[in-house]
Amino acid sequence: MRCGPEGVPQLKRAIRLAIPFIVAALVASACGGAGTGGTKPAITIGSTNFSEQLVLGELYSQILETNGYAVTRKFNLGAREIVFPALQSGQIDLEADYLATLLAFVDKTATGSTDPKLTFSTLQKALTSRAVTVLDYAPAVDQNGFVVTKATADKLKLAKLSDLAPVGNQLVLGGPAECPNREFCALGLKSKYGITFKDFKALDTGGPLTVQALVGGQIDVGLLFTSDATIAVRGFVLLEDDKQLQLSDNVAPVVRNDYLTKAGDDFKKLINSIAPKLTTAELTGMNKLVEVDKQDPKDVAKAWLKKVGLIK
Amino acid sequence: MTLLGDVARWFADPAHYQGSDAVQTRLLEHAAVSGLAVLTGLLVALPIGLYLGHTGRFGFIAVNVANIGRAIPSLAAIALAIPIAGTLLGVQNGLGFWPTFLALIPLAIPPILTNAYVAVRGVDRDVIEAGRGMGLGEAAVLRVIELPLALPLILAGIRTAAVNVVATATLGALVAFGGLGRYIVDGLALQEYDRLFAGALLVALLAIAVEVAFGTFERAAVSPGIRVQQGAL
Repeated sequence: MRCGPEGVPQLKRAIRLAIPFIVAALVASACGGAGTGGTKPAITIGSTNFSEQLVLGELYSQILETNGYAVTRKFNLGAREIVFPALQSGQIDLEADYLATLLAFVDKTATGSTDPKLTFSTLQKALTSRAVTVLDYAPAVDQNGFVVTKATADKLKLAKLSDLAPVGNQLVLGGPAECPNREFCALGLKSKYGITFKDFKALDTGGPLTVQALVGGQIDVGLLFTSDATIAVRGFVLLEDDKQLQLSDNVAPVVRNDYLTKAGDDFKKLINSIAPKLTTAELTGMNKLVEVDKQDPKDVAKAWLKKVGLIK
Repeated sequence: MTLLGDVARWFADPAHYQGSDAVQTRLLEHAAVSGLAVLTGLLVALPIGLYLGHTGRFGFIAVNVANIGRAIPSLAAIALAIPIAGTLLGVQNGLGFWPTFLALIPLAIPPILTNAYVAVRGVDRDVIEAGRGMGLGEAAVLRVIELPLALPLILAGIRTAAVNVVATATLGALVAFGGLGRYIVDGLALQEYDRLFAGALLVALLAIAVEVAFGTFERAAVSPGIRVQQGAL
C-alpha cells in the first residue's frame, strides 16, 4: 500500500497534523475534565502491512484523536511476526488483530473455535501471561473464503460449500501452495464437507493470480479472503461456510495491559464503540475504497466513523 | 545430513509419482516448455544470425538488440508476460504455460543469434573466396562452406540457450505454470525443504543432461576435419 507522504506542502501538513491537538485542547477545556479517567496518555498504534490493517489502524487512531488522545501511528510494520512482538515489548500499545489467527500465533497448541465467543475467551487466557488484553471483537471476519465465478455458480447452482460436495470431482481448486495440507483449506473441505476436487493448482494467498485464474477459467473454485473487495468487484460468488469450517477470525483490537491501566475505562469505551458497527460488509466496503478506488485509508476511515455516528 | 536423508525419502515416496504434481509430470512440463522456447528462439535467431553473419551487415546492431534479452531480469519478463499473454491469447491463457513460454524466448535468442553471427563471420575469408572462385552462389557458400565451418560455435550457442532456459523455466511456477519450479516455490511456501531441494536437484540434473546431450550431439554432428583443427587450437 501507499504509505509515503501525500505531497501536501509542509505548512499545510503541519496544520493538518495540529488539528487533532487543537480539537483535543478545545474538547478538554470544554469538558473541564468531566471524562471518567481524566488522563489521556499518548498512544502508539501499530499495524501489519495490508490495506485492511491500515483502515483498521486509522479507525482506532481517529476515534481516539477525536476524543483528545495523542496518537502516534506505526503502520505497515510487516507481518504479525513483527507486530505482535512490538506490542509485547511496548514499541506499540495497540494493534488490530484477528481472533483465531492470533490465538494460533500466541499458542501453537491451542485450537480456535468456529464460535467467536469461545475463541475470544481462549485467546484472552493465552494473552494474560503476555500482559496483553483483547478488547471487544467485531462481527467483521477476515477468513478464508471459497469463491466461484457467477457463471459457475449459476451453472452448478452453488450457494454454499456443501453444494460443492457432489460436483467437486469436476472442479479445480486454486489457492496458496499450502492449501492441500491445511485444515482450513483442502483438508477441511474434504473431511468436513466431503469435497474432493479434480485437481489443485498452487497460485497465491488470496492474491491477483487466484483472481486471474478464476476469471480465465484455469480454476473453478478459488481461495480468497472474505473481506477482499475483489469478490464484489469481479462479481464472484462467495460460498457460504454452512458447516463452519473456518475459525472465527473476527477483528479485535489488542492492547498492552500497561496502557490499559494508565488510560482506564474511557479509553476502553471508545475503542469498544467501534466493534458493534464493524461488520464484514462494512469492512469490505472500506477495503474496496482503498484497494480498488485508491482512496487514502485515512479519509476512508474518517468517512466511515462519521457515517456510523462515532465522530462528528 | 538429515536434509539429504529427507530428500532421498522424498524421492522414494510413491505419492510423489501420482497425480498432477507427480515428478514425471512436472519433468515433462518443464522439458516441454523449455524445448518449445528454445525451438522458437532457434527459428527466430538462427536465420537472422546466419544471414547477418553471411552478409556482414547490421550485425553489430542486431547482436546488441538481442542482448537486451539478456539484460531484462527473467523475473520481470515472466511477470510482464502475464498481461501480454492475456491480451494476445485471451484471458484463459493469461496464466501458466503461455506467459512462461513467452518469457523464455527472449532468453533463448541472444546466445543463438550472437554465436551464429560470430561463427559465420569468423569463417576464413580465403576459404569463402575459394568457394566463390569455384562458382558457388551465395546460398551455396552459406550451405557448403560457412555452415559446416561455423557449426561447432552455432551448436554451442544453442546449448547455452537450452541450459539457460531449462534453469529459468523454474520461474514459471510463479505464474501458475507447473514444471519443476513448482517444487521449489511450493516447498518454500510450505517450508518443506526436502521438496524444495528435490526440485532444485531435478532442475540441475535436467540442465546437466541437456548439456551432456548437446555435447554428444556436437561431437557427432561436427565434421571430423574441423574437430582436428579445433583440437590443434
